[in-house]
Amino acid sequence: MKIAVCIKQVPATESKIKPAADGKDIDRTGLSFVVNPYDEFGVEEALKIKEQLGEGRITVISIGSDKTAEALRTCLAVGADQAIHIKDAALEGSDAHALARVLTAALQRENLDIIFFGKQAIDDDSGAVGIYVAEMMNLPHVSAINKLEILSDENRAVAHRQIEGGTEIIEVSLPAVFTCQKELNEPRYASLPGIMKAKQKPLSVLSLADLEIAPDSVGLDNAVITLDQLSPPPTRTAGTPLEGNAEEAVSELVRLLREEAKVL
Amino acid sequence: MSDKFDVAIVGAGPSGAAAALTLAKAGLSVVVFERGEFPGSKNMFGGVLYTPILDKLVPGFWEEAPLERHIVKRRFGLFSESSEAAFEFRCEDFNQKPPFNQSFSALRAQFDPWLAKKAKEAGALIIPETVVDDLLWKDGKVIGVKARREGGEIEADVVIAADGVNSFLAKKSGLRKDFSWNVLAVAAKEIIALPRGTIEDRFGLEGNEGVAVECFGDVVAGTVGAGFIYTNRETLSVGVACSINAFIDKKIVPNDLLERFKNHPSIRRLIRGGKTLEYAGHMIPEGGYKQVPEVIADGLLLVGDAAHLVNASFYHEGTNLAMASGLFAAETIIEAKKKDDFSRNGLKAYFQKLEESFVLKDLKKYRQVEVWAHKNNKFFKEYPDLMLEVLKDYFTVSETPKAHIQQAIVKKLRTRLKPLRTLVELNQFRKSFFSS
Repeated sequence: MKIAVCIKQVPATESKIKPAADGKDIDRTGLSFVVNPYDEFGVEEALKIKEQLGEGRITVISIGSDKTAEALRTCLAVGADQAIHIKDAALEGSDAHALARVLTAALQRENLDIIFFGKQAIDDDSGAVGIYVAEMMNLPHVSAINKLEILSDENRAVAHRQIEGGTEIIEVSLPAVFTCQKELNEPRYASLPGIMKAKQKPLSVLSLADLEIAPDSVGLDNAVITLDQLSPPPTRTAGTPLEGNAEEAVSELVRLLREEAKVL
Repeated sequence: MSDKFDVAIVGAGPSGAAAALTLAKAGLSVVVFERGEFPGSKNMFGGVLYTPILDKLVPGFWEEAPLERHIVKRRFGLFSESSEAAFEFRCEDFNQKPPFNQSFSALRAQFDPWLAKKAKEAGALIIPETVVDDLLWKDGKVIGVKARREGGEIEADVVIAADGVNSFLAKKSGLRKDFSWNVLAVAAKEIIALPRGTIEDRFGLEGNEGVAVECFGDVVAGTVGAGFIYTNRETLSVGVACSINAFIDKKIVPNDLLERFKNHPSIRRLIRGGKTLEYAGHMIPEGGYKQVPEVIADGLLLVGDAAHLVNASFYHEGTNLAMASGLFAAETIIEAKKKDDFSRNGLKAYFQKLEESFVLKDLKKYRQVEVWAHKNNKFFKEYPDLMLEVLKDYFTVSETPKAHIQQAIVKKLRTRLKPLRTLVELNQFRKSFFSS
């Protein structure tokens, strides 16, 4: 079974994010970065499938700057077999569509059975790349899965997803793309031998030229979707204390709810 | 686990990273475990880094190290509730060219990752987010560590415990016993952001010049300890560091003391309008020479705060001593490897290096300071108050003839001071700080 997990390096969940001065990106100074938590579910699921079948090869793939290699090494430390780092200056500012095209080009070289994505990255929350890739590769996909069963003999998989008021159970043929929701599994910590071996595992770096993608078809200038502006959430204004005894306060509250907030 | 390392280091602070860098450069295999998310994520550091040892570790460090300002000015202030008398020293010679006076303000959350990265580039394996719980023993010798991860038992010829003031490894090894409270200080610090220009104007600085301000007396409730302000480029490190005993005696918690310091009229104006970015608090091993434990066991060396290597006195020097001890530990191991003898005897050169260098020489010189300070707490409250009161009398303008004012001052000093006693105390002060 050949499995790929597409991962993204994102600011750590506890980071205090503020927009950069130009309002087009976040200010990255002083931030620490982690593997997108939803992608970790994908890595863990891949490891479980490999363990269960007793065979398999797990490739983690990411697009990003030099720093992204750290995220890939983290995945190698928990048990992925190899990593592909797609790095190219021309990719700076690319939108989800362009990134999906680049990933598709890399994934198509691998002859895969399963491709995992996180259901979304916690930085931009767009949740688009995985689904774009399935479409571009002409593969079936199930989004936001919280349980997966592989029937390898029949080359099929059964995926569960939570929907309003119930569970949807979907059967697909492999190869297929899945995007992972929490509850799918409990990602493991890297073992010490795992961390040490991660250094020796293969991490190949691919450029756009390697993937035969024209640099002028990606990047900020060629994005289908452009980011107009990032702004911080409005600061909370101070509350208004209501004066008087309980009775007066309540009638004032009712008046405000009716006349100011217009919710009654 | 078949992977055996030459050296396993616990803690990627300045002492651990200095050792790792030196060992890796000499071609030894080194693994460094760091409990924090990244090196420097769990530090407590006032703010001034002395760099003579760093200069040896990374020649020309100032070109690349994340330093804030070079210190050209030092200020010591004595405070009463309303007044301040200060001694300030500024020297243009400290402002000429790098490495200036080998003292820089710095933020350890940036400095430590940088130094650890140098060690990594030299070949050391640095593993963050990993706690080491115990040592591995064989026939009474330390042969490795047990990290809190699956497959976490790692063997090494030598373990360096660079795990800080609370060093569990020093304790587990039996080299160190539990501390008594009076050998530890607690520091609380805030990093306060202000525009660059504002910092330079308020503290009389130009460009990347910096100042170290230390404050005694009423600003820290007359405790045995000090308040400090160190200027960074766009932030101030503002804090208090006092012995734990002092906090207990005064029934005051570190945070309240820090607030008191920040709200003193003389300090308030320096930090006005600043925004607090970070708050940190930690213990500092200030017991001095007498508290330095045995630092060598079979297969184990203690460095940095784990070895209690902090010079409290006037210098508040810890990081430099930490890097020195890391360097000496590494040099010792490199030599020991040639003879393949990692026993206590084979590693004894480490202690000699500490003894022959400024590290233990300085701690020895200031060995009485801690005792003196606790016996003579008048120097932290009563005497500063009296001195400032007298200065106020002297400078207060009125119609009283000057001769009368001076007579009144002499009378006040006579009633408030016992001359012989004061002379004895001053002599003790001199002996503690200035004799060898």
